[in-house]
Amino acid sequence: MPKDMQGHGPELGQFDWSDPFLIESQLDEDERMLRDAARAFAEDKLAPRVAQAYREETADPSIFREMGEAGLLGVTVEEELGGLGASYVTYGLIAREVERIDSGYRSMMSVQSSLVIYPIDAYGSDEQRRKYLPGLCSGELIGCFGLTEPDAGSDPAGMKTVAKKTENGYRLSGSKMWISNAPFADVFVVWAKSEAHDGKIRGFILEKGMEGLSAPKIGGKLSLRASTTGEIVMEGVEVGEDALLPNVQGLKGPFGCLNRARYGISWGAMGAAEACWHAARQYGLDRKQFNKPLAQTQLFQKKLADMQTEISLGLQGSLRLGRLMDEGRASPELVSLMKRNNCGKALEIARHARDMHGGNGISEEFPVMRHMINLETVNTYEGTHDVHALILGRAQTGLQAFF
Amino acid sequence: MKILVPVKRVIDYNVKVRVKSDGSGVDLANVKMSMNPFDEIAVEEAIRLKEAGIASEVVAVSIGVKQAQETLRTALAMGADRAILVQAADSPDQDIEPLAVAKILAKVVEEEQPQMVLCGKQAIDNDMNATGQMLSALLGWSQATFASEVKIDGEHAQVTREVDGGLQTISVKLPAIVSVDLRLNEPRYASLPNIMKAKKKPLDEKTAADYGVDVTPRLEVVKTAEPPARKAGMMVGSVDELVEKLKDLGVV
Repeated sequence: MPKDMQGHGPELGQFDWSDPFLIESQLDEDERMLRDAARAFAEDKLAPRVAQAYREETADPSIFREMGEAGLLGVTVEEELGGLGASYVTYGLIAREVERIDSGYRSMMSVQSSLVIYPIDAYGSDEQRRKYLPGLCSGELIGCFGLTEPDAGSDPAGMKTVAKKTENGYRLSGSKMWISNAPFADVFVVWAKSEAHDGKIRGFILEKGMEGLSAPKIGGKLSLRASTTGEIVMEGVEVGEDALLPNVQGLKGPFGCLNRARYGISWGAMGAAEACWHAARQYGLDRKQFNKPLAQTQLFQKKLADMQTEISLGLQGSLRLGRLMDEGRASPELVSLMKRNNCGKALEIARHARDMHGGNGISEEFPVMRHMINLETVNTYEGTHDVHALILGRAQTGLQAFF
Repeated sequence: MKILVPVKRVIDYNVKVRVKSDGSGVDLANVKMSMNPFDEIAVEEAIRLKEAGIASEVVAVSIGVKQAQETLRTALAMGADRAILVQAADSPDQDIEPLAVAKILAKVVEEEQPQMVLCGKQAIDNDMNATGQMLSALLGWSQATFASEVKIDGEHAQVTREVDGGLQTISVKLPAIVSVDLRLNEPRYASLPNIMKAKKKPLDEKTAADYGVDVTPRLEVVKTAEPPARKAGMMVGSVDELVEKLKDLGVV
């Protein structure tokens, strides 16, 4: 054994209860600084408005400009087009900080970044990239993404929206459902079956104010109430040839976007879970019943230990996935694995945290019930927990069980 | 006007500090470190003077371990124009005392020729509150400590100081050392784009040896101990009982 016994001695390292894997030390200087800046933004600008926004089911569109100014949109986009030019790990860390406040705010950001900026950046022409990306990265333009339809959710290939060829472009007809940001969006990335391309799915960029395009708000949501959701209704919307995203066709177009968003969600869900865990721990230390803190009971500690374990593993998994994304080696199946695991676990953690807050847990004074209800959506959108299980089942058996 | 802002990398103010088991100091392993909060205020003030068109350049300098360049990057991301790292220690456990820091800063001032050094009044780790004053003595410059307001008026700086019982405004001739207090301003957060841009700003690396300064400590730390734990109190039923207890304790 070496003389200094480094790592071999009887004493092991210090335990950090909030960071058991010492993730902090696995981040580089830039990642830590950017994360800290995102946390400061989230605490300063988002936290103070979330309770009222959630209660009144209103999303403040000026949040986009604030996020853009702070540099939270377009994290992975090159700087010349208004982006930050940072890594996917950084994108994930930011998602975690924003969702620590509210899943709705993280959804607004994910849609703008991964579902609007990404497809224009990856599949768009240089003209499209120059026309839209600077405004989308600065938040002056708000984007939305239309894939899901009233009768096509888990099975997007069943979409009915069509693009018919016209002399100078296309005419789009159909409707999209559950579209985040749609009611106040300026830029709509819409997926449709294009007759001129053998009925293959193609992406189109639509703009607010086009004739036949409307985006009514979906009211009465009991979840993600701090973000706005709508429909996209297209009644023969005429667009030019320049509205077509030239560089992708088929479902891999939207899936390429969704894989990036789902990766961010895997981090974000852990941010919401951490908020619930830390709130439950603090509540358990402060709240005394039967002359002792709740945190001094075995049932309470068992739940805290489960939360700590799942969150530590989930964050470590997301970090590994992020590193693989930055190396260009991440698989869509691993994205499914982490999205499914972290959303499911976060929802479970939020339910326990709500329970551990007792009667107080139903009050808006505590964040746990809001997080819990939000996570119902996060666990459902961008591929439900069960659909991701089918992706993983198919990957290891070679047998598809979707239909 | 060029402003030099010394910044120190210290244990983050949110961290619960733990004393090492052998009492030789504070445990710095795996502990979050950040810029000394008073230095953040100094950086902010320098940037505000630049934004107001009074200062032309803001140079941040840090003396310590190599990782202090993270602290300098924070200053650059806030808006400083360039940075100088003077590596003077290999381990964060190695304390560089105020006199050594002041001697190095005096050399940096000689090189840079700033018209003002804006520094934090003290570092929150060892609370010395000495570097600014020592630097002033070494340079023979005016000093204004504990600033809660700084105004530049031609060849002079009007500095409002927080003193016992109120505020005192003094006028010091430039060049001067101004050490800043908590209520001078509220420092900005670095935005993410500015953090990325800061990577491209110049950061010079020097060593204490480059300036011919010996940083060997002159003080010996005899013992480091945690503050005594708070003892449990007692509940009293009435004012009379309270007075009685206080009498028993000999307090009244």
